[in-house]
Amino acid sequence: MSVHPDVARVIGYVVGTIAFVALNASFLVWLERKVAGHIQRRIGPKEVGPFGIFQSLADGIKLMSKQLIVPEGADGLLFRLAPLLVMIPAVMVYVVIPFGPALVARDINMGILVIFAFASINVLGLLLGGWGSNNKYAVISATRAVSQNVAYEIPMLLTVVTLVMITHTMSLNQIVAQQPTIKDWYLFPWNGSIMLPIGFLIFFICSMAETNRAPFDLGEAESELVAGFHTEYAGMGFGLFFLGEYSNVFVGCALASIMFLGGWQCPFGLYPGVHWMLIKTYFLVFVVMWVRWTYPRTTLYGLLNLSWKVLIPFALLNLLVTAALLKVF
Amino acid sequence: MKANALKQAMAKVSSAKISEAPYAAKGFHLEISVAPAEVAAAAAVLDREGFFIEAVTGVDWLGEQAAAEKAAKAAAAAAAKKAAASGEAAPAEPAPAVAPAIPAEDQFEVVYDFNHYEALCRVTMRVRVVRSTPEVPTISEIYPGANWHERETHDFFGIVFTGHPDLSPLLLPEDADFHPLRKDFQA
Amino acid sequence: MNVLAQDPALETFVLNMGPQHPATHGVLRVKLVLDGEYIVEAEPVLGYIHRMHEKMGENRTFAQFMPNTGRLDYLSALSYNHGYVCAVERAAGIGVPERAEYIRCITVELNRISSHLLWLGAYVLDLGGFTPLLYAFDDREILLDLLEGVTGARLTYCYFRFGGVYNDIDDDFVTGLKGFVKRMRTRLPMYHNLVTKNIILRKRLEDIGFITPELCRKYGATGPVARGSGIDYDVRRHEPYSVYPEFKFDIPVYPKGDSMARYLVRMDEIEQSLRIIEQGLDKLPSGPVMAEKVPKILKPPKGDYYHAVEAARGAFGVRLVSDGTNTPYRLKLRSPSFSNLSLFAEAAQGLLIADAIALMGSLDLVIPEIDR
Repeated sequence: MSVHPDVARVIGYVVGTIAFVALNASFLVWLERKVAGHIQRRIGPKEVGPFGIFQSLADGIKLMSKQLIVPEGADGLLFRLAPLLVMIPAVMVYVVIPFGPALVARDINMGILVIFAFASINVLGLLLGGWGSNNKYAVISATRAVSQNVAYEIPMLLTVVTLVMITHTMSLNQIVAQQPTIKDWYLFPWNGSIMLPIGFLIFFICSMAETNRAPFDLGEAESELVAGFHTEYAGMGFGLFFLGEYSNVFVGCALASIMFLGGWQCPFGLYPGVHWMLIKTYFLVFVVMWVRWTYPRTTLYGLLNLSWKVLIPFALLNLLVTAALLKVF
Repeated sequence: MKANALKQAMAKVSSAKISEAPYAAKGFHLEISVAPAEVAAAAAVLDREGFFIEAVTGVDWLGEQAAAEKAAKAAAAAAAKKAAASGEAAPAEPAPAVAPAIPAEDQFEVVYDFNHYEALCRVTMRVRVVRSTPEVPTISEIYPGANWHERETHDFFGIVFTGHPDLSPLLLPEDADFHPLRKDFQA
Repeated sequence: MNVLAQDPALETFVLNMGPQHPATHGVLRVKLVLDGEYIVEAEPVLGYIHRMHEKMGENRTFAQFMPNTGRLDYLSALSYNHGYVCAVERAAGIGVPERAEYIRCITVELNRISSHLLWLGAYVLDLGGFTPLLYAFDDREILLDLLEGVTGARLTYCYFRFGGVYNDIDDDFVTGLKGFVKRMRTRLPMYHNLVTKNIILRKRLEDIGFITPELCRKYGATGPVARGSGIDYDVRRHEPYSVYPEFKFDIPVYPKGDSMARYLVRMDEIEQSLRIIEQGLDKLPSGPVMAEKVPKILKPPKGDYYHAVEAARGAFGVRLVSDGTNTPYRLKLRSPSFSNLSLFAEAAQGLLIADAIALMGSLDLVIPEIDR
């Protein structure tokens, strides 16, 4: 029996992507705990496997073996649907991320658009999960998550629009191809617009806020809302929220490194490939973790003020200045 | 200074008896005893003088009356014995000069502790109520902080603070109908 | 951000915070009536860890009640030991040798530092910062080891005795303590860099959760809560006991009354406690640590006695009514957090949930002490 090459290709990519997402998320959980440990002058997990590397695997088995309890009075359908709505888009966006020159599931010339389209489904999952839980903490958290996501999507997209104006393409692979060495990175102001570093900063902050990472983790603010939207989730329901968060963190950092740091290209023009992509992305992931374990949490109004009063005006300024520069030169 | 000012201000409260206490031995400077009806008036005076409330609590003087009667009888017997020995006629009544007045009934004592942020002046205010109908007006309108202290005292002693907004148990379980610090409380 | 609810009758709901909630640090329950995230009404519900210590006091001899005092406020247990022994010593007229008084002050101040360190960590944890907690525990660990060496316990101390302390301090303790003071002096600037100067923390604490001096007075707030509202009141200075008059130390007072002021008061108090400990070690006289001829069975004369000490959370007072027997007739324990928490309902009105958490943390509550 012969399989059509396209079908084999699709199956290969589905299996590969899901495997990567799951392994990567469990690796990030382990990394987070190690980083947190070392920041806090302890060593973190160490028992399961060398350096505790299998710790999150063990945690995953534990979560999977637990019952998914649907609390009394909860909306069963929404409650079960919500984790999927968080996890599925998180997997889908990996389809267009170019890990290497040829290592991309589907090199769509609208890659950026696809990512943001899928990423905005995430918030729906949080909202449904919070609403369906029949828990006041979860409802408060869900409303927080929505207002936060709405507020931060705007400056994020404005920044991306600005960048696309410079690159003239929405294909992620082509954007990477435009940055062969370190001096061509869109991080630097001489590559199109003097506002580019600010754009990177806005994008990075927004991607932290979009993925509900500390110091913007208002959705699950454990000292205020116990665990926020996933208060009532047990077992793998919680596990999917958790995996979704980590894979979103990875996607955010991967996007930042593709758009501003040259993706899979080597900074010095030597041996481009997937390793450079991973190095850059994991470095940004490390920064995200570093921030999380250093800063306290902001408040909701502090967060919204930052977005509406600082980030959006700067993102608009970025857009205007860049447009003017592109027109003049 | 503060003590004198308070003494003068307290003169307005007719039932208040104010006396100085030996601070080194007792740990407080002034003792005020006041009739239940005038608790709020006395608290208002303390409030005007700038005192803050430290605590409100109770003491159950169960058996005090019996003890006092016994002491009075013993004193009378001793006096009678002494009189008989000296050959004089026994007095009809025991000498009231030294013995304290025997209360008609056992009493609760409600103790209010006040203190001052600037001046060193601790004030202990005492109110006595009969055990059968222990009712004291609340001071929680003057000192909102007294609210919880009075609730706690109600929990422990069953003393009713009339006019208190909410005397439901604070520290005891919400359905508690016992008062553990009463001396006749049996667990 | 003190925006009061527009029309609380219109759209409010009740949120039960606790008795198991990460920010209440124990079993406190706060019934919140919320309008969105704004607090319309907050009502603390107490009693979940009520143990009736005052009744236990009436059924035990004076010495038997000693261990109970360490279980009121388990974070600064020595202050509570101190308040109780002082009250009983006052009642029974027991003198304390000078060396014992110095040891008491040194250990109580150490305990105050450990309490404030734990507060610092837990408070920043309330605000979402995890790391300072473990830094603070790192320092606290040294302290607990030191105190364990001399008192035999790490948390619920029962170290003081009527007429002195039960165990003299040794050279290990003194050298260890000197090392700790030196270390803490370098750690404090680190805490200020990591925590105090953090922009997010400042935004969360400054101008949030105001407590006016009048509110303090009406509710009887003491300790860092009152001092953060500009009230210069500290029992150690105001009503000196033990050998505190011998020490030079400042009472940190911040007039603003917001959460930041209370935060800064506690941070400064750590420094002042270090000063007291240093002076105590320098001046430490030699001699016995227990008074001679303390009767085995204490029978204080009839009457009532009061003694207050400055615990880590405010003025802790013991009212002892004695009827001349070997058990207290009535033992009232006036705990500072009880009064400090009672003003929460009024101070939290109109705050957001997140700010109310910041306010509650700045009160530094220890629930067993409130519930007794």
